[in-house]
Amino acid sequence: MTDILRFRDDEAVDHPAVTVDAFLEQTNANAVRIEPGDDARDLLPQIGQIQLVEVNFPVFGDGRGYSAARILREAGYEGEIRAVGDVLADQLNNMRRCGFDAFEPDAPLDPEVTKRALDTWPEVYQATTDGRNPIWNKRHE
Amino acid sequence: MYQYDQYDQAMVDARVAEFRDQAQRRLEGKLSEDQFKPLRLMNGLYLQLHAYMLRVAIPYGTLNSTQMHALADIADKYDRGYGHFTTRQNIQYNWIKLEDAGDILADLAKVEMHAIQTSGNCIRNISSDHFAGAAQDELVDPRPYAELLRQWSSFHPEFMYLPRKFKIAVIASGTDRAAMKLHDIGIQIVKNDAGEIGASFFVGGGMGRTPMIAPNIRDFVPLDQLITYAEACLRVYNRYGRRDNKYKARIKILVHELGAEEYTRQVEEEFAHLLEQGIEPPLAELERIKTYFTDPAFEDGPKTVDRSDPDFALWVDRNTHRHKHDSYVSAVISLKPVGGIPGDATAEQMHLMADLAKEYSFDEMRVMHTQNVVLPHVKIADLHALWAKLDAADLGTPNLDQIGDIIACPGLDYCSLANARSIPLAQKISERFAANGKQDKLGELKLKISGCINACGHHHAGHIGILGVDKKGVENYQLSLGGSEAEDTALGKITGRGFDEAGVIDAVDTVTDVYLQHKQGEERFLDTYNRIGMAPFKEALYD
Amino acid sequence: MKILTGNDLKSGAVVWWDGSDWSLHIEDAVDVGDNAESIMAREESARRVNVPYALAATLTDGVPRPDHIKDRIRALGPTVRPDLTLKPADPEVGNWVI
Repeated sequence: MTDILRFRDDEAVDHPAVTVDAFLEQTNANAVRIEPGDDARDLLPQIGQIQLVEVNFPVFGDGRGYSAARILREAGYEGEIRAVGDVLADQLNNMRRCGFDAFEPDAPLDPEVTKRALDTWPEVYQATTDGRNPIWNKRHE
Repeated sequence: MYQYDQYDQAMVDARVAEFRDQAQRRLEGKLSEDQFKPLRLMNGLYLQLHAYMLRVAIPYGTLNSTQMHALADIADKYDRGYGHFTTRQNIQYNWIKLEDAGDILADLAKVEMHAIQTSGNCIRNISSDHFAGAAQDELVDPRPYAELLRQWSSFHPEFMYLPRKFKIAVIASGTDRAAMKLHDIGIQIVKNDAGEIGASFFVGGGMGRTPMIAPNIRDFVPLDQLITYAEACLRVYNRYGRRDNKYKARIKILVHELGAEEYTRQVEEEFAHLLEQGIEPPLAELERIKTYFTDPAFEDGPKTVDRSDPDFALWVDRNTHRHKHDSYVSAVISLKPVGGIPGDATAEQMHLMADLAKEYSFDEMRVMHTQNVVLPHVKIADLHALWAKLDAADLGTPNLDQIGDIIACPGLDYCSLANARSIPLAQKISERFAANGKQDKLGELKLKISGCINACGHHHAGHIGILGVDKKGVENYQLSLGGSEAEDTALGKITGRGFDEAGVIDAVDTVTDVYLQHKQGEERFLDTYNRIGMAPFKEALYD
Repeated sequence: MKILTGNDLKSGAVVWWDGSDWSLHIEDAVDVGDNAESIMAREESARRVNVPYALAATLTDGVPRPDHIKDRIRALGPTVRPDLTLKPADPEVGNWVI
């Protein structure tokens, strides 16, 4: 568990996540792993019991996981969303904006590069569920 | 035109810092080329045939003289003294060094410019009507909507790794000067029966390998839901667009495979959900943006020109466009001199265009998707003086929409994707038709050349289109007829077997002969083709 | 013959493997035989070249001439701007490409 970059204070789930198919059949799991082709909305009927959603990025260029994370947050999910797989420093900021709050990349992140990547953007143009105040709102507050 | 506030400036400044850091990490070996490539592409930096190429965004093609001067300075300081205006209203430089990229972006940021999302699998520069804000036939100026979309699409966190690139065009006139229906999303600003302004969405158009004309999926989106609707279109695409095959990854394939009706149903469902999410900027933001696009202080003046100089009169007839104020016109600066490289401009020419824009056009220019530059608001009284200065700098070629006004991609002379050269063909065709005097008889004839199937030269949409292919290591050219990117959008049909370079130039000559033989009244080439069909052309070419 | 090309990481310039280093001039390119993969891997990881690849060429008048036109244009420069090629003074230079 040492290589997880986490932006949460609660205890991390300490057992493996199940696939979406397994979750839909076996109703007691609280950790699910979403693959790029899975529909995050399938989890919504039982979202209350889930504490961890892992979103897998087999290759960093497959951006479906960004939509998956936002869909979960838009549905009110407050548990952990962890990006796993081919996750690189230059993707962290957008992932944070889409609702990811934990990262478990295949290759370790350089802490300095990570800090720079997350600190570079003082403003944002879009409203997402991350609570940041978009520029258009600041202009008209 | 639009001006950055502190927030817009903060965004481009952050990007400069980010890209400097990324480039540095690449140079230090901390990023592999595979990791760096999508990052540099999202910033318009390609590795081309001869060097790095940097594409700079010109949002909806609009720029002022300060910006054009800065583009010229970049050409001089970091490149080889010229730039190339593209079919998406941008400019690109062919000889950039990776170690200079950060400094170039910093120079651009000083004049409110950037290279953000000019490549990569993300939402690209928003394009628009090059006569926006000036055209007599427009409903409203489309650029405020394009600017609203620009801000929404810049660094959109969910849509940076789409299945493929994504191009949006916005127009607000019944006359389509932006090839709107050949974009991933084409938006036409319209008025409904109640007199309200809204947006009509066309989704799933494109050129490339599988050209498609976008179907209309919603004829009226209220302005206070515009961004939300666009977001819904994109989310459905991001989730379900094909990622298994690069050549089937554009949204046109998704819309085609699902059917426009099913795609629309999914969009509407997502839209209903997103309306609850509060992602739409308030209308006050659109109103704020609109204040930057108000009319300059037009003055009444002469409405006609002295036509005693025939060269000048010809240029006025061909290269000026009707303006909403009757003492003004929009004047097109041709970047297609006979035998020249379409869309290329030297730093000197850029400086001159900037100076002329300042003197004659309220400090404003537009880049056209046809790779020319417009001075949108020129007093009719000033036209002769303007023309004389353009003519002296080889910028006064009177060939707008003529056969010499050729769109050509950079082709194999510069582009690593190309299969054949495009530019030499354009040069030779424009020379042939200037020398034999035929250009003057042909009237409007849009010839477009692409050096590969990606169709950056819009060949599918040419009245005459030429596609370069690789035939066992030798350049070969396919001819197509009958395409259009205007409001009568149509895809050209291939005439038959291809030609070598000399052969395709002769073939163009032949098809124009067929047109002249069959032309009735005021018919354009395209009209005649549509009336008589392919057969007479084919017969002349191959029998 | 089999020769190697790529781009200089910093400048982006087209370069050719001359047996010990990367040269701007295709005249310097050497036949790498079966060693292409190992040279490319070593040179790329040392960041002395970017996106290298091997290509077939034929020795013609003592100069390796790539078999594909794309590589000949890479070797020379844009045919439509002879002034920007590596041989700006030679008016016949474009003929080598065709």
